[in-house]
Amino acid sequence: MFRVVRKMEWHPTITELWVEAPRVAKKYKPGQFIIIRMNEKGERIPLTVVDTDREEGTICLIFQKVGKTTFQISLMNPGDAFMDVVGPLGRPTHIENFGTVVCVGGGVGVGPLYPIAKGMKEAGNRLVSIVGARTKELVILEDRMRAISDELIVTTDDGTYGMHGFVTDALKQVLDSGEKVDLVVAIGPAIMMRFVSKTCEPYKVPLTVSLNSIMVDASGMCGACRVSVGGVTRFVCVDGPEFDGYQVNFDELMKRQQMYLEEEKKALERFKKEHPEAFQGVC
Amino acid sequence: MADEKKPRKGLNLHRMDMPRQDPKERIKNFNEVALGYTAEMAIAEAERCLQCKKPVCIDGCPAEVKIPEFIKLVTEGKFIEASRKIKETNALPAICGRVCPQEEQCELVCVLNKKGAPVAIGRLERFVADYEAQAGAIEMPELPSKTGKRVAVVGSGPASLTVAADLALMGHDVVIFEALHKAGGVLVYGIPEFRLPKAIVQREVDYIQKLGASLHCDAVIGKTFTVNELLSEEAFDAVFLGLGAGLPWFMDIPGENLNGVYSANEFLTRSNLMKAYLFPEYDTPIKIGRKVAVVGGGNVAMDSVRTALRLGAEEAHIVYRRSRVEMPARNEEIENAEAEGVIFDLLTNPVEILGDEKGWVKGIRCIRMGLGEPDESGRRRPIPIEGSEFDMEVDLVVMAIGTGANPLVPSTTPDMDTNRRGYIVADPETCKTTKEGVFAGGDIIRGSATVILAVGDGKKAARSIDQYLKTGEW
Repeated sequence: MFRVVRKMEWHPTITELWVEAPRVAKKYKPGQFIIIRMNEKGERIPLTVVDTDREEGTICLIFQKVGKTTFQISLMNPGDAFMDVVGPLGRPTHIENFGTVVCVGGGVGVGPLYPIAKGMKEAGNRLVSIVGARTKELVILEDRMRAISDELIVTTDDGTYGMHGFVTDALKQVLDSGEKVDLVVAIGPAIMMRFVSKTCEPYKVPLTVSLNSIMVDASGMCGACRVSVGGVTRFVCVDGPEFDGYQVNFDELMKRQQMYLEEEKKALERFKKEHPEAFQGVC
Repeated sequence: MADEKKPRKGLNLHRMDMPRQDPKERIKNFNEVALGYTAEMAIAEAERCLQCKKPVCIDGCPAEVKIPEFIKLVTEGKFIEASRKIKETNALPAICGRVCPQEEQCELVCVLNKKGAPVAIGRLERFVADYEAQAGAIEMPELPSKTGKRVAVVGSGPASLTVAADLALMGHDVVIFEALHKAGGVLVYGIPEFRLPKAIVQREVDYIQKLGASLHCDAVIGKTFTVNELLSEEAFDAVFLGLGAGLPWFMDIPGENLNGVYSANEFLTRSNLMKAYLFPEYDTPIKIGRKVAVVGGGNVAMDSVRTALRLGAEEAHIVYRRSRVEMPARNEEIENAEAEGVIFDLLTNPVEILGDEKGWVKGIRCIRMGLGEPDESGRRRPIPIEGSEFDMEVDLVVMAIGTGANPLVPSTTPDMDTNRRGYIVADPETCKTTKEGVFAGGDIIRGSATVILAVGDGKKAARSIDQYLKTGEW
């Protein structure tokens, strides 16, 4: 069993859980993800790993509550256990000393970005981090990101905190500053990554994005996560999750992420009736 | 002279039918279609066996089941003994009795097949295995003393379950590593409940655990551990790779990434393993098409199209590029699909999947095919008829055109050879790979095949692993 050992609420819609999973903690490398299944009737969903404590044998998960399963696991407390935790899955990030790396995270995308950014810093890169959210309350991991970054820019869409604007506005400033940027790594909603790709394009700076698609087995068996990259169909679970940000067909990715919208809504409404407490403070 | 030509006394050519659920009823449920023999039916069928002195049926069985001996026990009403007789060589009779293509194996060579009425060996196998289980009489064989040798079995499909059972019976410590959360491989994610009830697979998995094998689910070899780590840090003396052929193929035609296009693996995994047919009681959703096209002509295509009907499709089609005689599916399954109202669009091949502006499937563009000279497979080659394209209106497409080798384990085991198609190179008799201490069997060494061939490999591999563990010689 995979017990929850610590829990922290970042926001009524964002939860952090530390979960016992010694095998995953031991093998995990930045860029990888896991699959969880809460109980016998649960679905298998991919979640990104934010941090590990190898001695304790635990992994840190930060997730946004968007559907039935994420609302349901947000109700878990220390002592409760997941039925399944599988991983680490996917290819690790290619980390080396590139020179200057800009790490761009949007929303809970800052979660999986943190270990990559940390790895880049430890490899000797100059690290510029851009952390964005819709509004002040949704900014996560600011302190941890600041501690590892040579420079940190926080943006909010509504201007309630940090720079007023999108992560792409901050990114453009950095790229325009004249500093040579050797690599941009962007993780966040598909739409954000698409705009990061558009922003970077004129500067011809290498761009890596990490995709979050629908998965079932996550070991290359089902193809639910397929995405067109450079016109070729790839599986996010085994070929990714990271790809060249200029080659990804974000339009297709976004459409595929909508595949079960109708079912997700139905399941969520049903869960809301049974567990109104999971929705406190959520508008 | 004349006497010899007469049929033997009592030669009975009335092969006993097996009751099935009515097609009109069964398309509304996921319960098993075939209902199995009663004891009377089984005895009557068993009495048809000629008890040949040279039983060619055994040669037709990759698992070397002692067919005439178990059938003789059935005629005597000794059903439990009959089941145990089968288990002397095949640990999975309830499964093989259901999904083996007996018509191409034991029943094909049965002497009575010359008269068109082979003994229904598969149905009898299934009957005795179920009888033994229902009687609660599953016998624990005596286990030898432990050898102290440890074997990692990767995957838990039919090849792996057989290896695990045989090695446990030889006194070795066996640990099974399964990537999914449930053991059984293709038997649980692929083959639907209505053809192979999952409780039966679970029963076999439980039995193998009772023999002493331990099971670790959620362990993706190549990720959670590599093969080299199993042999070093995890201190296994040998590794068996029963990985299956789990990588779904697509046709590489436009529109395949539209919403509403599934690989058969995904469609069946959602329904079978994740129980999406019980959504929202179970969390995993599945799209229920109004008009569904399943592309392919194998058993997996039949399983998919019949699943689509049971989920509630108004119309379910098989789209297959050759004609009915070339279909690789078992005749029995094709007949079941026909009886359930599946529409067969034969000599038809998709060239494009058509979508709407929101990215959803709205149709499939097909081309009519003719048949030319036989190809490498011995079947007549399908040839597109120019200018014959037409559009079919469908809202769900399932690609059931085959599967290949998943590169996860081979790519993380660089010192083990694979062939051009990505399958692991292994000696067909010993199942030895090119890496010392590592054996492989089932679909991962030959491509998608049958449960019984995987069982056959499992038996060979277990003997060969035992030999290796005893002598240390590679």
